[in-house]
Amino acid sequence: MIEESFTTAEGDLVINVGPQHPATHGVLHLVITLNGETIKKVEPHLGYIHRSIEKMSESLTYRQFIYVTSRMDYLSAHINNHACALCVEKGLQIEVPGRAQSIRIIMDELTRIASHELWWGAMSMDLGAFTPFFHAFREREVINEIMEETCGARLTMNYMVPGGVMADIHPNFQRRVKDFITLYKKKIHEYDELITGNIIFQNRMKNVGYLSSEDAIAYGVTGPAGRGSGVSCDVRKHSPYEIYDKLEFDEVLETAGDSFARYLVRIREMNQSVRIIEQLIDNIPDGDFQAKTKAVLKLPKGEFYQRVETARGELGVYIVSEGGTTPYRIKYRSPGFSNLSALDHMARGSKLGDLVAMMGTLDLVIPDIDR
Amino acid sequence: MQQAELKDIITEWLPGATFDENGQWLNVNVEPKDLHLLAVKLRNHEHTQFDYCFCLTCVDWKTHLTMVYHLDSTKFRHQVVVKVKLDAAKPEVETVSDLWKTADFHEREVYEMFGVHFINHPDLRLLILPDGWEGKNPLRKNFEDPINMIKL
Repeated sequence: MIEESFTTAEGDLVINVGPQHPATHGVLHLVITLNGETIKKVEPHLGYIHRSIEKMSESLTYRQFIYVTSRMDYLSAHINNHACALCVEKGLQIEVPGRAQSIRIIMDELTRIASHELWWGAMSMDLGAFTPFFHAFREREVINEIMEETCGARLTMNYMVPGGVMADIHPNFQRRVKDFITLYKKKIHEYDELITGNIIFQNRMKNVGYLSSEDAIAYGVTGPAGRGSGVSCDVRKHSPYEIYDKLEFDEVLETAGDSFARYLVRIREMNQSVRIIEQLIDNIPDGDFQAKTKAVLKLPKGEFYQRVETARGELGVYIVSEGGTTPYRIKYRSPGFSNLSALDHMARGSKLGDLVAMMGTLDLVIPDIDR
Repeated sequence: MQQAELKDIITEWLPGATFDENGQWLNVNVEPKDLHLLAVKLRNHEHTQFDYCFCLTCVDWKTHLTMVYHLDSTKFRHQVVVKVKLDAAKPEVETVSDLWKTADFHEREVYEMFGVHFINHPDLRLLILPDGWEGKNPLRKNFEDPINMIKL
């Protein structure tokens, strides 16, 4: 933390961006060294929202610790819960009923769309357009209402539990999801007309924040940010979980590696998520929504790792068990943490104003970085 | 590359390495002094090419610490887990941030949370914890903070 901006002996200006800054979307603090308007160095200072979820999880049981993870990447709450549930199921070798698997994937993909829509609105606002935010929230609100009806919450759902899902879907669920898809298809062209084809936005994003595919792999950049650099890193394709291997969808890849490529990946990924939901929504199998599990879960001694694809990239849950009712050690490999580590490399040599476009297209969620 | 082939090639490089095949992926246990050597081979050898370090963390076993490196290859799509046992009193191991740049941040996190010293790390400072937390390692099992920690 630097108390005040100062000038170094070489004449470089050192300034704080954040922790309270509208473009950081949370409490991210960057100390930036500037030569004129050119960025020489970006140094993230983290921890303003660090809650030590890993330490907390060590004293929570295998049923309890999942709920804390909703607060990590709050825009992918379902997917975080899903990762933890899968990891516990892997340890206990629980067979999840087909109905639960389908519901889980529909929920994951709805979350992904909602997350990308929020990203689209917020990123456009960072770059100076206020209208897109309202367009994005119009559709996102519909998803939130679907979540509210079935899960009882709009943001931190805590819906997935070891063995399946917590409750069966609401009777209206299928109809409302289909209504959403109809609405989405009717409105998605507005996104392209407003922003994607807009020459001002294209100029602000093209050739800004270039990240080569080698660097993306080296920095561990995953998710839409990695795929914008041409790295095939979709966990749903490479190590499929649940029934993703039986579903038809494309991994969206762009090779330009700049902010606009990352933008395009997210916009196109929403269409793939809709495609996945369409395959499942009429084919949710009948049966139980939860497998029968013991009241107290005890994982056998050993180590379990589960990788999933959240809206921001690869989330890894690493559980070390000593055979007790609580995990001995939990590590969350959060996508935002690794994606942020590439920011310094991307930003060096570009202008300060472009930093907002880079942070916007990396889609940083600060609680996910700090954990 | 299959687990058996990986095992053979690693044994060829490091005859002292031990293996554990019960988990999801092949686990390789090496001595701290051999870690960097093995990492270079795994990263650069044409048949392994582990270019993606997807998880780097540490586990406190009270008597000792274990560094855990999860490696993946974007070309061959095979995975391996490398483990290094460290002394709990003076944990030291060479950095791998020269091979995988993502290790820079992850090692800084392990440094502050577990107190592991990474030799040759370019910038080993606190990352998440605020100033004044040097030497206090909250993810260690023996960490006590009577004011801020609530025992469940």
